[in-house]
Amino acid sequence: CFPDTVLIYTLSTARALTPQTAETDAIRFLVGTQSLKYDNQIHIIDFDDENNIINKNVLLHQAGEIWHISASPADRGVLATCYNRTSDSKVLTCAAVWRMPKELESGSHESPDDSSSTAQTLELLCHLDNTAHSNMACVVWEPMGDGKKIISLADNHILLWDLQESSSQAVLASSASLGGKGQLKFTSGRWSPHHNCTQVATANDTTLRGWDTRTMSQIYCIENAHGQLVRDLDFNPNKQYYLASCGDDCKVKFWDTRNVTEPVKTLEEHSHWVWNVRYNHSHDQLVLTGSSDSRVILSNMVSISSEPFGHLVDDDDISDQEDHRSEEKSKEPLQDNVIATYEEHEDSVYAVDWSSADPWLFASLSYDGRLVINRVPRALKYHILL
Amino acid sequence: MKNDFRKMEDEMDRLATNMAVITDFSARISATLQDRHERITKLAGVHALLRKLQFLFELPSRLTKCVELGAYGQAVRYQGRAQAVLQQYQHLPSFRAIQDDCQVITARLAQQLRQRFREGGSGAPEQAECVELLLALGEPAEELCEEFLAHARGRLEEELRSLEAELGPSPPAPDVLEFTDHGGSGFVGGLCQVAAAYQELFAAQGPAGAERLAAFARELGSRYFALVERRLAQEQGGGDNSLLVRALDRFHRRLRAPGALLAAAGLAEAATEIVERVARERLGHHLQGLRAAFLGCLTDVRQALAAPRVAGKEGPGLAELLANVASSILSHIKASLAAVHLFTAKEVSFSNKPYFRGEFCSQGVREGLIVGFIRSMCQTAQSFCDSPGEKGGATPPALLLLLSRLCLDYETATISYILTLTDEQFLVQDQFPVTPVSTLCAEARETARRLLTHYVKVQGLVISQMLRKSVETRDWLSTLEPRNVRAVMKRVVEDTTAIDVQVGLLYEEGVRKAQSSDSSKRTFSVYSSSRQQGRYAPSYTPSAPMDTNLLSNIQKLFSERIDVFSPVEFNKVSVLTGIIKISLKTLLECVRLRTFGRFGLQQVQVDCHFLQLYLWRFVADEELVHLLLDEVVASAALRCPDPVPMEPSVVEVICERG
Repeated sequence: CFPDTVLIYTLSTARALTPQTAETDAIRFLVGTQSLKYDNQIHIIDFDDENNIINKNVLLHQAGEIWHISASPADRGVLATCYNRTSDSKVLTCAAVWRMPKELESGSHESPDDSSSTAQTLELLCHLDNTAHSNMACVVWEPMGDGKKIISLADNHILLWDLQESSSQAVLASSASLGGKGQLKFTSGRWSPHHNCTQVATANDTTLRGWDTRTMSQIYCIENAHGQLVRDLDFNPNKQYYLASCGDDCKVKFWDTRNVTEPVKTLEEHSHWVWNVRYNHSHDQLVLTGSSDSRVILSNMVSISSEPFGHLVDDDDISDQEDHRSEEKSKEPLQDNVIATYEEHEDSVYAVDWSSADPWLFASLSYDGRLVINRVPRALKYHILL
Repeated sequence: MKNDFRKMEDEMDRLATNMAVITDFSARISATLQDRHERITKLAGVHALLRKLQFLFELPSRLTKCVELGAYGQAVRYQGRAQAVLQQYQHLPSFRAIQDDCQVITARLAQQLRQRFREGGSGAPEQAECVELLLALGEPAEELCEEFLAHARGRLEEELRSLEAELGPSPPAPDVLEFTDHGGSGFVGGLCQVAAAYQELFAAQGPAGAERLAAFARELGSRYFALVERRLAQEQGGGDNSLLVRALDRFHRRLRAPGALLAAAGLAEAATEIVERVARERLGHHLQGLRAAFLGCLTDVRQALAAPRVAGKEGPGLAELLANVASSILSHIKASLAAVHLFTAKEVSFSNKPYFRGEFCSQGVREGLIVGFIRSMCQTAQSFCDSPGEKGGATPPALLLLLSRLCLDYETATISYILTLTDEQFLVQDQFPVTPVSTLCAEARETARRLLTHYVKVQGLVISQMLRKSVETRDWLSTLEPRNVRAVMKRVVEDTTAIDVQVGLLYEEGVRKAQSSDSSKRTFSVYSSSRQQGRYAPSYTPSAPMDTNLLSNIQKLFSERIDVFSPVEFNKVSVLTGIIKISLKTLLECVRLRTFGRFGLQQVQVDCHFLQLYLWRFVADEELVHLLLDEVVASAALRCPDPVPMEPSVVEVICERG
């Protein structure tokens, strides 16, 4: 048995983190570095659950410093990055789709010492053409799709791309843009796994908006969702109208998009901007948040989860006696609470995410390049499962 | 001697013989007179009978005469006398006729009596006489009770109607004291009379009669109470307790007499209940009044704060406003206490009721009014913390600050003062649990803390937004070589100074960590802190896990976590520290999102040095400002592809030039 925490891996300044979404067996995260002076890299972090050790591989990302990274849900080898390119005293944020070398897709378990000499390069599949639109804030893949549809957010535009010819060509399928006064700028977006993947939610300034990808029209709008800038949002994977958002007002809010006047629930545990919020993919009561107060907080939002009365066990699996007991358990009112506050970071935490392979494991990344891998506390895990 | 005796004996014998002769004669005479005597006796008997018969025969005419003369008493007496005989001999036709006559006359008599009784103009004593006579005539008592009460009802209802008229749909009604006086003398007095007369007349009726009277009193009493309550309800809005209490006192006092007379009707209890209810409502009214006064004070403060400042002439300072608010609220509280104190004055008839001795004092005044008000004050104040417009526009920060200080003052002194005052005035002597002073103080302190924290957040946000805009809107790559501190930094310092002054008006200085006196001389250079270098040095060459751990541990040694929103203490330095921390942390995060050219970095250097020059004096631990500004400059350097820092001396010169 290993302790619930902590594996720390330090790289350079970084703020981009994603699980390798298409990978469902191995615990693997991709981290993009952010450096103006050195070649940027993507670190493929493999966590060996059995031996509790980390293996890593490094890929060169010479295009520029990475601000955002996301992995294809269909192809383990494909990922997208948003990166800065500085030229002629201008900063351009571009987006591109990449393929990693085949042998790294499933991680390599060579000794880490050797890999330095053999830093490999990413293969560029296509640019998400940025001649018309600059400042790509993020790229999101259609969840559970075939990895052919992505959406990118650029300034005040929301762009839907079709990846063709084995992702070597990105065709702008449709787009929409925010109208209105002032410089509107998307900060973040997520693609809903519900409604046949036809909905996307975006954040700009203090507003949350829902979009229908078929018509690229706005479905709902939550004005002043947060007192200050909204940094991130995430869809509840099991409850189709629920989403979580977080922002500079230090709050995490949970919304039912059918009633946008009031949040369903508000958390105020962080003491500075909350940069990231993520639902657990399997047990949506587990909500992870990362903040520039250097803390990662794991909350148990059981009252608004899809399992408000605890885990519902299939009838086949249990005998009558157990059935009776589980009924008893289900009657206890379950309280929302903070499960744990993780303080391993010393700088602002800009990214947190769950592993795509192991629902009980998550990673967090702070600006100083420290990647921390934690497990959900064992007691809670058994409480949820049993 | 012997002769003498013999002689005497002979004489005695002779005497005896004589006596016998005399007796014989006497008997003979008696026998002769016997017959006559008997006849005389018989004659006398016949005479008496004849007189009786004469009376009987004359009875109808006498009765008629009596009735005509109005000597009802006499008539009833005659009737009483003849009744039995007539009853006995009614089988004789002549007597029968007399009886029939008498009955007719008696019926007329009864009718007349009832008539008189009904007319009622003759006043209660005569009525009582009527009832007495009717009873003597053998009229059914129950019917008489009913009639008596029905009659009384008529009069009392008239009283009630006149009271209702006074109530009137529209003022000017007589004041409440007059009203209860009228009710007391009219209705209650009448009721007393009726009850007394009834009890006197129908005492023989036993419990059934008493019950009838009680039901009667209950019914009319409840109607009277309804009227009184309607009248009292009109008083609820008024401010004058003394009149109300006097009116209640009269009301209550007047009902003690019928209460004692008619314990079963429960009038006294009902009256006490009404008084209690009114007292409760008064307490509620005063609580509302206090709340309104508090809100009024807040409005005044808002207006004073919003009033445009005339140049050269300062408006009332925050401290003055605070003192105004505090004294105004306190005087309101005292006035309310004095007003409700009237209810417990010794001379007031109901003040010795258990409610006014116990529950009214403890639950009503202390808990309901005073504790309730302080709680509501805290709540009102707290509501400013979660105003929906989180951008803080709605509530002026100065108001937050003022309220926070007000709550803190309540915690330290005012609450215990007010409660002591209350406890002294209202000797609380029942077992109801009361809120201890400490609990209330803790609540006030928590409110003060939340308000102050909110103040810090709001002010921090204001400055943060300035800094944020200044970083986000500038093109840092193509900026020119810095010659000046950017205006926004001066603005930040000015605003911080203004906040410092503002907080200083209400809060004490607080403790500042002793530092070297020369901290303003510290100049920022990009690599001034060795920690930064180690921290952000690229470590691309993947190092052994050992090294990684070692590195992070070393980092831990040097960096201490800065809690951006740490709990605020109640002093100026702590407040300012909070605001500055929030602002500088924002600056840091914003800088990290931009890319800087060489001159951009230098500008940040200049700006940070300027901030350092002026901000250190505000905070508890100036090392904190160093750390944060260090971090800002280091982050800017990291975000600069061409980091060539400016010479510290040049930075200093620029900053000194302003």
